[in-house]
Amino acid sequence: MTKQDTRPRPKAGPAEPDRPQRRKAAAAYPYAFYLPAGIVYVVIFLIPTVMAFYFSLTRWTLFDSTFVGLENFADFFAEQNLSIGFRNTLVYAVLTSGLKVVLGMLLGVLLTSRLRLRGFLRSVVFFPVLVSTVAVGITFSVLLKPDTGLVDRALALVGVSGHDWLGDATTALLSVALVDVWKGVGLATVIYIAGILSIPPDYYQAVEVDGGTAWHRFRHVTLPLSRPATYSVIILSFIGGLRSFDLIWTMTRGGPGFTSDVIASIIYKQYQAGFYGLSTAGNVMLFLVVSAIVIPLSWFLGRREIA
Amino acid sequence: MRTFRRVTAEVVALVVAGVVFLIPFSFMLLTAVKDSVQAAELDFSWPTSWPIVANIAEVVSARDYVLLRAYLNTTVLTVGSVAITVVFAAMAAFVLQRRAGRIGALANFLVLSGLIIPPAIVPTIWLLQALGLFKTMPGLILVEVAFGLSFAVLLFRAFIAGIPRELDEAAMIDGCTGLSLFFRVIFPLLRPVTITVILTMSVTVFNDFVNPLYFLPGDENATVQVTLYNFQSQYSTEWNLLFMDIVLITIPPLLAFVFFNRKIVAGMTAGAVKG
Repeated sequence: MTKQDTRPRPKAGPAEPDRPQRRKAAAAYPYAFYLPAGIVYVVIFLIPTVMAFYFSLTRWTLFDSTFVGLENFADFFAEQNLSIGFRNTLVYAVLTSGLKVVLGMLLGVLLTSRLRLRGFLRSVVFFPVLVSTVAVGITFSVLLKPDTGLVDRALALVGVSGHDWLGDATTALLSVALVDVWKGVGLATVIYIAGILSIPPDYYQAVEVDGGTAWHRFRHVTLPLSRPATYSVIILSFIGGLRSFDLIWTMTRGGPGFTSDVIASIIYKQYQAGFYGLSTAGNVMLFLVVSAIVIPLSWFLGRREIA
Repeated sequence: MRTFRRVTAEVVALVVAGVVFLIPFSFMLLTAVKDSVQAAELDFSWPTSWPIVANIAEVVSARDYVLLRAYLNTTVLTVGSVAITVVFAAMAAFVLQRRAGRIGALANFLVLSGLIIPPAIVPTIWLLQALGLFKTMPGLILVEVAFGLSFAVLLFRAFIAGIPRELDEAAMIDGCTGLSLFFRVIFPLLRPVTITVILTMSVTVFNDFVNPLYFLPGDENATVQVTLYNFQSQYSTEWNLLFMDIVLITIPPLLAFVFFNRKIVAGMTAGAVKG
């Protein structure tokens, strides 16, 4: 630290900051400020993430581990109750983020128009975001009960016969995904509201001058200019959807059987069963799936934004 | 014609929002204040009797006052992890925003990774166990801090970008360096965004179910969300008590929402719109 480089240096361009300035930066903005956050982050988050790659290749009891190569991953693809989680995770993420984009944009447009109860409606739509997922899950599993639940009763009024939404393998995952949309669409909506409100009003006036209709306003101004909001909603809900666990766990526990299991719930099940290596392999797969989807997606969306 | 159409749109929007968003909440509230016989019908009806106090008393005293202990645990967890995150994240964000370079680029990369990468559960347990922190409150607090840092750093960094560097320089001339510059000059200026971070993260930690489930198992340590989850199987016949529990647990976020709606929305949409 005390040893100074005294050799004369060739004069660099103006981009190179001179020495006193750099020393001033070190005094004002010491790298030591990274330490508290950095230590917690590295120890609690980064080390386990890196170690997961090793432990996923072992049979593991927390105290000792035997290297088994790719056996855990082979199990994941071979056993149907594990591989189904893979497919369900993708279905769940695509479905929830797709619906959040469409409904969030519709609600965003609606709630930025001159409605009288705009403020109230915004609150109503946003509040579920703040309610705990467990509470939402329990409430909707009661509402979706076969025959006695409110949903089936309401459907009976219009002549549709009852259905066991969460107990039927074909509708369980779908129902949970819809509840996820119900809970999360508020966040998408406020993102769209922020995006739409940041569109300069001149554009709308231009459409007005040209005699455009409400459809033209939406199609040629709101839709293209709220693109950043769309990207945010897609990426946020993809990350959330791929990792989602609590709602599925409180509503179906991956059931009936294992038909609504996602990777995150399999991680928990294998952990409970004591298959730590297998559980960690699930974690690594989740990591790979999330990276393989979110990183290209944000790169692709970011690039189109510039163009 | 135009006003007529607007009124129609308004009515339709209201009815749909009412049905879709208000009915589940009214159902929660109504069921919570019914007696157990009427609640068992699970219908959407006006309560015939109102045993509100009795329901609250029964839920609170259930399983030897587990709910009160859970509230205490959750309070410790939320206050502890949010306080640590705010200080640590603000410090890191300050240097990150002010000082570019290779270390800054690495820090940026780690912040983004923290937002995207799902935490590796069992290796984290393994590590906490090695540190003697597994199944302890400090351990869970550190977990919440580690998982919450990235988001907080992003919010702080965006806000710090709006504070002119000239201010740092003026403070430096007055003899401030590093720590005193940050804690006496910059940190007080971060108040608005600090409040946003506190609110957003408090709601997240208070509602967190997964991390307590994994890292702090056991009844005496239970947080409110875990207690609620366990009540689900215990009260599978007494719906009024289950929903009273839900209502009691939804009160803190509701209060936060009523008083700080704008701040919370700002926090949750902050990083999003700018990308």
